[in-house]
Amino acid sequence: MRILVVDTATPAVTAAVAEVAESGVTLGPARITVNPRAHGELLSPAIQAALTEARIAPADLDAIVAGVGPGPYTGLRVGLVTATALGQALGVPTYGVCSLDGIGAAASAPGRLLAATDARRREIYWRVYDDGAPVTEPAVDQPAEVARQLPQLGVARAAGDGALRYAEQLGVPVADEPRFPDAATLVRAACDRILSHAPSEPLTPLYLRRPDVATPGARKPVLR
Amino acid sequence: MNDQALVLGIETSCDETGIGVVRGSELLADAIASSVDAHSRYGGVVPEVASRAHLEAMAPTVRRALDTAGVALKEIDAIAVTAGPGLAGALLVGVAAAKAYALAADKPLYGVNHLAAHVAVDRLEHGPLPEPALALLVSGGHSSLLLIDDLARGVRPLGATIDDAAGEAFDKVARLLGLPFPGGPPIDREARAGDPGAINFPRGLTSPRDLARHRFDFSFSGLKTAVARWVEARERAGEPVPVADVAASFQEAVCDVLVRKALDACSEHGVDTLLIGGGVAANSRLRSMAEQRCAKAGVRLRAPRPKLCTDNGAMVAALGAHLVEAGVSASTLEIPADSALPVTTVSLHAGL
Ligand SMILES: [Zn+2]
Repeated sequence: MRILVVDTATPAVTAAVAEVAESGVTLGPARITVNPRAHGELLSPAIQAALTEARIAPADLDAIVAGVGPGPYTGLRVGLVTATALGQALGVPTYGVCSLDGIGAAASAPGRLLAATDARRREIYWRVYDDGAPVTEPAVDQPAEVARQLPQLGVARAAGDGALRYAEQLGVPVADEPRFPDAATLVRAACDRILSHAPSEPLTPLYLRRPDVATPGARKPVLR
Repeated sequence: MNDQALVLGIETSCDETGIGVVRGSELLADAIASSVDAHSRYGGVVPEVASRAHLEAMAPTVRRALDTAGVALKEIDAIAVTAGPGLAGALLVGVAAAKAYALAADKPLYGVNHLAAHVAVDRLEHGPLPEPALALLVSGGHSSLLLIDDLARGVRPLGATIDDAAGEAFDKVARLLGLPFPGGPPIDREARAGDPGAINFPRGLTSPRDLARHRFDFSFSGLKTAVARWVEARERAGEPVPVADVAASFQEAVCDVLVRKALDACSEHGVDTLLIGGGVAANSRLRSMAEQRCAKAGVRLRAPRPKLCTDNGAMVAALGAHLVEAGVSASTLEIPADSALPVTTVSLHAGL
């Protein structure tokens, strides 16, 4: 089955085509551009380029997989609204996967691993994996707070651009790769659903933070 | 066989997810999902709340619009989307969605200017706009006087607000009077029972000295403060605030300045058609005052019905249809959402 995978939860704007069969996932043409400020400009052209290189039309796709974050909202929404609209227009199912899985399940080494991406505001989005399987829920915290929890979680290594950025504070060795969610790994996380023709899912972003809002205060007097 | 362009329009510049479908000048669907209730307790639109709502509403609202129009996405000839101006994060949801629909259906994409779309929407009701025309666009986000020589290729800004937008003044005065957000409809309602001449509130930028520099500009910040002072003085004196009279007098001051300057611009530029648009153009007093004064000045007034004055997707689709007819080239999938898109840019092309 032909799958399009997109992820915009990090500065890496990712679009790739993959072939999914009972035997496994084969990654086809991919377009990955690292730019934290241009998700909206980059994603659709990247999808178009990947499809063209794979010599398939959008209508040839069987399903769409999207990383639902966590990630900085504005960029994250670009990927999710794009995947949703494509799925709707093409009449194919959409499947959401946690973007951190694209790091945590891709970092190959036994034992417990912290996957972390940059959440801005001096925080990281993080999740812990054991042999590639998640053992905590995705969360957002300051690196020092995450570092405090690592010993009791039995984590000895980390990966992801958030971990690289705060490696010193985290106090565990950080792998150079993967820095960003790996496309083939994201598809693998949805493999069972794809092959079993599971119903399409709404792509709900993992925001993890409430929107910043200021409730209006009391009226300020204008008379002195 | 119908050779008029069938266009899907997407609008997400503020708090309304608007999806419209038009065929040429015919309105087929105007679906709206509004997040206004989520903003009301904050007394204004919260950008992140609006963006989140747009993402949730996009696909269902597109579905609803297509169903209402009775067309399939593959029958659509072009996709138009508001590329700016507006709230950056909100615009981005619409632009990204429009690109995906255009990519999936292999249709041309038009990234268009929100203000030009407010002008174009009138073709759905009154047919093609005679050019040149003058447009008065007033809402919570914009207050502009535009000279429309050629809606497909360029509009000329004559003036704009130098502080608050007119709609913002309605919101702030409503809050002052204990009326809900958004302030336009409740003030309009209260004002019906009030005396518009009860209080003589100031008309911003209308003194001879101001006119020399700001003939076609607006200012509503001083008016808002004047209303606040007046209300506060009453409260301090322990007297009840005559809400209806304050609402009517405030509304009269806003409408007076808007219509006066719009008609002055018409006469200065020898234009005999005035179009009004934007959320404030749904105000009943602005409509009746514009009607009376235009008739007196020999100017034809074009006022789309209130539902088409407020932000919607049909206006974006209407502008898209106009651009297709005018042979304007489509946008590329690379276009940005531009929160500060200048009004002189009607649509985005490659290389822009
Ligand atoms: Zn508007």
